[in-house]
Amino acid sequence: MPVTAQHDAPVLRLRGITKRFGSLTANDSISIEAVPGRIHCLLGENGAGKSTLMNILFGLLEPDEGEILLGDKALTLTNPKQAMAAGIGMVHQHFMLIPVFTVAENMVLGHEPGRAGMLDLASARALVRDLSARYKLDVDPDALVEDLPVGIQQRVEILKALAHDATYLIFDEPTAVLTPQEIDELMAVMRTLRDEGRAIIFITHKLREVREVADDITVIRRGKVVGQAAPETSEAELASMMVGRAVDLKVHKAPAQPGDDRLVVEDLVVASPTGAIAVDHLSLTVRGGEIVCIAGVQGNGQTELAEALLGTMRPLSGRVTLDGVDITHSKPVDTIKAGLGYVPEDRHRHGFVGEFSIAHNLVLNNLDEYSKFGALDLKKIRDNAQARIKEFDIRHGGSHDQEVRSLSGGNQQKVVLARELSRPLSLLIASQPTRGVDVGAIEFLHGRIVEERDRGTAVLIVSTELEEVESLADRIAVMYRGRIVGIVPPDTPRDVLGLMMAGVAYDEAVATTKGAPA
Amino acid sequence: MSVDIVPTTVERARVESPESRTQRISTGVLITVIGVLLLWMAFTVDKSGQIALSDAFADVKLPTLDVPGTATVLLSALLVLGAGVGFITGRLSARLRFVAGVAAGAGVLVGFIVWAAASSSLPFTLTSQLNLTLEYATPLLFGVLSGVLAERAGVVNIAIEGMFLTAAFAASLTFSITHSFVAALFAAALAGVMMAGVLALFTLRYLVDHVIIGVVINLLASGLTGFIYQQLVAKNLAAYGTVQPMQAWRVPGLESIPFLGPILFTQKPLTYLGILAVPLVWFLLFRTTWGLRVRSVGEHPHAADTVGINVVWTKASAVLLGGLFAGLGGAYFTVGSVGAFQDNNPTAGNGFIALAAVIMGRWNPVLAALMALFFGFARALAQTTKLMQLPIPSDFIEMLPYLATIIAVAGLVGRVRAPAADGMHFVKSH
Repeated sequence: MPVTAQHDAPVLRLRGITKRFGSLTANDSISIEAVPGRIHCLLGENGAGKSTLMNILFGLLEPDEGEILLGDKALTLTNPKQAMAAGIGMVHQHFMLIPVFTVAENMVLGHEPGRAGMLDLASARALVRDLSARYKLDVDPDALVEDLPVGIQQRVEILKALAHDATYLIFDEPTAVLTPQEIDELMAVMRTLRDEGRAIIFITHKLREVREVADDITVIRRGKVVGQAAPETSEAELASMMVGRAVDLKVHKAPAQPGDDRLVVEDLVVASPTGAIAVDHLSLTVRGGEIVCIAGVQGNGQTELAEALLGTMRPLSGRVTLDGVDITHSKPVDTIKAGLGYVPEDRHRHGFVGEFSIAHNLVLNNLDEYSKFGALDLKKIRDNAQARIKEFDIRHGGSHDQEVRSLSGGNQQKVVLARELSRPLSLLIASQPTRGVDVGAIEFLHGRIVEERDRGTAVLIVSTELEEVESLADRIAVMYRGRIVGIVPPDTPRDVLGLMMAGVAYDEAVATTKGAPA
Repeated sequence: MSVDIVPTTVERARVESPESRTQRISTGVLITVIGVLLLWMAFTVDKSGQIALSDAFADVKLPTLDVPGTATVLLSALLVLGAGVGFITGRLSARLRFVAGVAAGAGVLVGFIVWAAASSSLPFTLTSQLNLTLEYATPLLFGVLSGVLAERAGVVNIAIEGMFLTAAFAASLTFSITHSFVAALFAAALAGVMMAGVLALFTLRYLVDHVIIGVVINLLASGLTGFIYQQLVAKNLAAYGTVQPMQAWRVPGLESIPFLGPILFTQKPLTYLGILAVPLVWFLLFRTTWGLRVRSVGEHPHAADTVGINVVWTKASAVLLGGLFAGLGGAYFTVGSVGAFQDNNPTAGNGFIALAAVIMGRWNPVLAALMALFFGFARALAQTTKLMQLPIPSDFIEMLPYLATIIAVAGLVGRVRAPAADGMHFVKSH
């Protein structure tokens, strides 16, 4: 295997980088380095400023202060082309791939082969085949990116970064959308690249991965470097460095005391507007007083299932009952009246009105109660806001009149949950309840969800984060291509869950993992 | 893991979603209603229809067809009804449904033409109908290309009408002064590019909503041309408002091919230019590096940014090139057809019809050009039948192209996928 990166390549240093957006200092005099032959983990919470720093290193943003040095030579990076020319490559958190283009087209975009402005797709395809063979990452050059599963899309993204023979590779939160097996594969790829003499910067907030793969660890909090750590450092220690105080990583809950069946889904079929079957003859029961987690890789029908239960999507067939009442074809106004609380997957678009105040967002689902003769009862709304803010520890800039969009992710999610839990529920559906939420808030949100369960509510959680699924669930339903692959207890080994998330039945998954111990 | 269990592509069963079901049924009902209308029309005629295959000026005279009236219209009506029922019952596969759609379209056309011929004492001249189709489609072809280029780059272009109008005025004024078609077309293209420049500047630099700035450009074009017309042209029509319109250029040799010669090879130079521009734009978009970049900034500008593409300039270049085509299209309304610019809405909504054709053509230059031809055909039909003194008011027939636009956009297009970032602003994010 031809090794092209040199072991004696110079060290890439960021020195005293500061970047401000208005009054927010995203990066405050940060210094880190990328050493060839080592994996450097950049650990920090959402919003700590990791991605901003990497976007500066990749030439997407310009720093207000500080310098970037390659060896002893200062680099000016004002656009990604210069970064790529300097040997820097980046695998982006949100894949920078164009869904309607083929793999080959994506691979050459910006550096197209061909003479006189003509597009030479034959050599683009050859390039993809070359790279695939060289790094043993198999992809079909003619496949449309949108038809590929996310794991393969990430391969394309990695190959794209390697296409310019990058010596310094940035991986920005690369594991967020992968199954455990795919994560293992990715870690192996990262190690191979390191052993070839490349410098890797691995950005993440997942402690387990850091400990597994890092050679060096730098922890960032609120835009500042708060310290270095060795890979042997315990998870609890890393977590407290990241958050700034001791955190409890475990969810404390008593064993579930399930009651009667509350949500019963029978043979449900939901099609996406394009006609693809998203939920495929799915049956599921959630009892009062238990938390059922839907685990699975994003895009396997979880979104459509949640929307069909709420009533924003029309099921094609099947039956849904809540406490015995048929809600199959009910509209959201009716399902909410029937006692359904809903925390949507994308809170910015569907969870709140960003331009409205905290107080108004807290009563959006129950305006009848907070108005008199069609006019808003402002005093009642204000009193409610004060009570909820206290109860849910919503941290704001000083007033309940503050716009929700200006809150941090965790506090926005608290607003959504506070609103949904402000009335008696028979069913709570929460999709990705802690996505983009800081560790401190995760603790709180999980606690509230468990409390709701103990009140006898049926709780259905949709999550792609296995840690969350394992710690919250009383039962795990693994979903793959619109079907439930199996329902398993929360202490099921991760390998088995991973295989099930790729569509392997439980028995077979258990047999496979036993046959090839990790 | 030794076994690769992750599939490399996702394949899923497809069914009909509630949305497409609604659309299928409404399309079916629409086709059925038209079928019933044709059925009724079949019994209003009592003689055969004359369809002429050549006109009085043709070098080669072809026979005039004598088509039975009631029988043909009845047959067409049944064809349309069959297609409509096929849609409603949902028994047709996707391929058959396409065939049924085409059959319904053909049935409506044949049925209406034969009915018109049979209701009139004059023959229906097919050659002049098709010749006029190309003539009327000329500005639409250019407009469609302008729209496709801008929207593929992610800029919503509802300013085609304004570009047309400004260019029409610029062409007229320039021709009056220079008496040169080349200079007039050059001025028209320049006017189109300038209006496109306004669109690019405000959408890309100042991040104004694309639709709002489009409306503003259309109003600006109308105000600007009206003002200069009143202040300059109207005061000295001899110097600034005298245009001899472009004449058809017969392609030597090809013009004498029977039937096709008088349709395809007896057109104005602007029409030939418009037809040639369609494959050119297709080639630019799908076979060049520039085209790949234009499509990438229209789909996912941030991805384009991360590979070092200058997103704003790429978008701007596509919008400006679109402006050039819209300018040439605008020239049709003065030097290309009627002559001097009149301050009476000469472009008559053609920019918006072009926009409809862009959407119906799914942002593909070739499909959109075919849609432009369809609208040209509808307008030509109104013109051809107006002279035949039909038993329906000519105002109604004049309405046909617009009616066709509404039906086509609302009923037959349904869900189409626009470039993903069409109409969105590109701001570098952190």
